[in-house]
Amino acid sequence: MVLVYDGPIDVESLLSRWYTAEHNSNYGAMVTFVGTVREENGIEALSFDIYRPLLEKWFKGWKDRLEKEGALLAMAHSEGDVPVHTSSFACAIFSPKRRVALEMLDAFVEDFKANAPIWKYDVIDGKRIYAAERSTPMAGSGLLAKG
Amino acid sequence: MVKVEFLGPIGKSPIEVEASTLAELAEILKKDPEVAVWLEQSAVAVNDRMVESLEVKLDSGDRVSLLPPVCGG
Repeated sequence: MVLVYDGPIDVESLLSRWYTAEHNSNYGAMVTFVGTVREENGIEALSFDIYRPLLEKWFKGWKDRLEKEGALLAMAHSEGDVPVHTSSFACAIFSPKRRVALEMLDAFVEDFKANAPIWKYDVIDGKRIYAAERSTPMAGSGLLAKG
Repeated sequence: MVKVEFLGPIGKSPIEVEASTLAELAEILKKDPEVAVWLEQSAVAVNDRMVESLEVKLDSGDRVSLLPPVCGG
């Protein structure tokens, strides 16, 4: 299950929790990625909407794929406003040896950017502006424009 | 009736329409200028399953979701 935070992720406690839960499970590698909001273009925060039913399906697909490699996947994401210099996304992959975790992390984050049902907004002067130019149409987009 | 929900930045309340296929629903949505501008860039799910064909049949009580371009992280 994806851990959804209302606002910024408490990174310190989350990473500690993930480590504590699995360090006795005989995984030789724990690889983490944490995404932190950068101060740029005058934003005070990023803001996110999530469609949870499809996020869970997408995540389960990845979890199952990693399980076949003997690896374990964990993920957290924020909903609502996340101020600059706080974090909105975190994931961890545990694997018996480092190679699987390092390679799968890159593939997972790339697909996350393209196909996880999450929408991003810049927050400027308290207003939420959809980050249209940084967003990617999901696979199969445009179906209803056909015909 | 089929329920249509508009996710993320589309920012429109759900509607209920009569349509027996996705092709029929597409014709209805094209007539709504507020929605039409999003169709080219939106993916479609029926009852939380992603679909890629206009031939998909719709039954009363089905829920269709429009998913505009995404950007997590």
